[in-house]
Amino acid sequence: MALNKKIRELHEKREKLLLGGGEQAIEKQKAMGKRTARERIMALLDTDSFNEYDLFVEHDARDFDMDKKSLPSDGVIIGSGTIYGAPVAVYAQDFTVAGGSLGLMHSRKITKIMDHALKMRMPLIGINDSGGARIQEGVNSLAGYGEIFFRNTISSGVIPQISVILGPCAGGAVYSPALTDFVFVVDNISKMFITGPEVIKTVLGEEISMEELGGARIHSEITGNAHFFSRSEEECFEQIKKLITFIPWSNDRKAKPFEPAEPKPEYNIEKIVPDDPTLPYDVKDVIRAVTDNSDFFEIMENYARNIVIGFGRMNGKTTGFVANQPLEMAGVLDVDSSDKAARFIRYCDAFNIPIITLVDLPGYMPGVDQEHAGVIRHGAKVLYAYSEATVPKITVIIRKAYGGGYIAMASRHLRADFVFAWPGAEIAVMGPEGAANIIFRKEIMSSDDPDGTRKQKVEEYKEKFANPYVAASRGYVDAVIEPSETRKFLLHSINVSENKSIQMPFKKHGLPPF
Amino acid sequence: MDQLKNSETLRLYTGFYKTRLNARFRTRKPYKPDDPKIVLSFIPGTILDILIKPGQPVKTGDGLMILDAMKMQNLLKSKVDGKVKRIAVKKGDKVSKGTILIEMD
Repeated sequence: MALNKKIRELHEKREKLLLGGGEQAIEKQKAMGKRTARERIMALLDTDSFNEYDLFVEHDARDFDMDKKSLPSDGVIIGSGTIYGAPVAVYAQDFTVAGGSLGLMHSRKITKIMDHALKMRMPLIGINDSGGARIQEGVNSLAGYGEIFFRNTISSGVIPQISVILGPCAGGAVYSPALTDFVFVVDNISKMFITGPEVIKTVLGEEISMEELGGARIHSEITGNAHFFSRSEEECFEQIKKLITFIPWSNDRKAKPFEPAEPKPEYNIEKIVPDDPTLPYDVKDVIRAVTDNSDFFEIMENYARNIVIGFGRMNGKTTGFVANQPLEMAGVLDVDSSDKAARFIRYCDAFNIPIITLVDLPGYMPGVDQEHAGVIRHGAKVLYAYSEATVPKITVIIRKAYGGGYIAMASRHLRADFVFAWPGAEIAVMGPEGAANIIFRKEIMSSDDPDGTRKQKVEEYKEKFANPYVAASRGYVDAVIEPSETRKFLLHSINVSENKSIQMPFKKHGLPPF
Repeated sequence: MDQLKNSETLRLYTGFYKTRLNARFRTRKPYKPDDPKIVLSFIPGTILDILIKPGQPVKTGDGLMILDAMKMQNLLKSKVDGKVKRIAVKKGDKVSKGTILIEMD
């Protein structure tokens, strides 16, 4: 009897806390087109899989009459659950409680679940919806952020870390997502910036709306801070669930294999790529022509579109794809695309995911803008990331591979394990036009018909050098293959490199050109 | 060949490519070397004081104007020996980055 009474008491306490900031605040949240923190967790996790911790936590701030205020669960929900059976640790900031502001106990709940995720070696998903630091808690609030950033860094490369921005995320708060592996944003809901429109206007006189400053589109297309863009929270959760199926629980595991499947027949690999190396095509079609079910899960789709990155499966195994995109800026490497590719290569390497690189690029992007923006150090990131990666690296040279671009795109020289080239591949120190102009300069200049001679010399050069056989004769290319044989060679390469083992010299850590 | 329909030509050293041009490329500013005879605001802010008059001769390093920005008073100095040709702003004006403030002869 006494126990029943205690249980009833528990139910009552719970029920009150489960409402967060109360019905009025919930209505406000809905009016902004947003779900509540609890609804979000339920939508993301497998049904009935969520175990909540620290529901009864309270803040202990005393200044500014805070001791008279109760903030249910201190404005954040933490716990663990599963997504398609895979364990995940989750926290979701509750905007209905003091605007999801971060105080000391709020941050302690977050760091508790972060420590738990790291210890249990499972992915961490953070749902951000917060007005920022709880000013009344002063430096304690800053301490809370710092503790979160520290853990983000220590967990980086050990467990997957996913940030979901479902509301404002401003000031210092943005640095937690920035330190994590994947950032998800939703149109009209996500807002991320270091200093908001008001401060910018006061200090610099520049006027801009929140959306234009740090909305979902800006971070997906311009800043490169976000990896996945969606139109609704629902679509966002579907993307997260799909991502979870591609990645392992932690760095001492591999991603869970799926049932192998053939690519769909509508992606005919022999008909995608034009012979003329100056004509465009969508390299994603080539990827879909080799992956299981023609499924390709693209990452950073709208940022630096001249390079394509994402996951597919080869015979059921998660594989990372990096491919130059001739459809956009002719597929050049530049500041943004180098940065995008390098980070993804390092992600794959950290989490035991083999990398397939599809090469078709005219080289690095020329221009004052690029040089002054640091294309040297950003471009070097690609070389660094590929060289350092010890996961299986498989390269297919589809068409052009000129100059520095050839070296950078997972060439043999950066220790690709397998390098294949299609018969139409042009592997050369530069494009035939440029090369002929330099090598035969004197003959062209002294000719009675310079244009005719130039054309003839370009043809000669093409014939002799713009092919895969010179590189193959040195062993830089392992096999020249027909396009239709590509999947077969890729599958075999992945299968035989299952136990790849190489030793690197001991170091505390390298110094990539950040 | 849907891809050819919307494509433009990008000239690179290795050839002329049919492709889509991105916004960064499209909106890039053609490079112009700095002209030491034109004084620009290097940061948005407010003109706090003007220390020279039109026609006044100045030497390299002379103070020309005080630009208040980010709670700092920035003294703008002349990069040339010459004469003030035109002052393009008044005391109290708010200026954005890259605004012409003074021209020299």
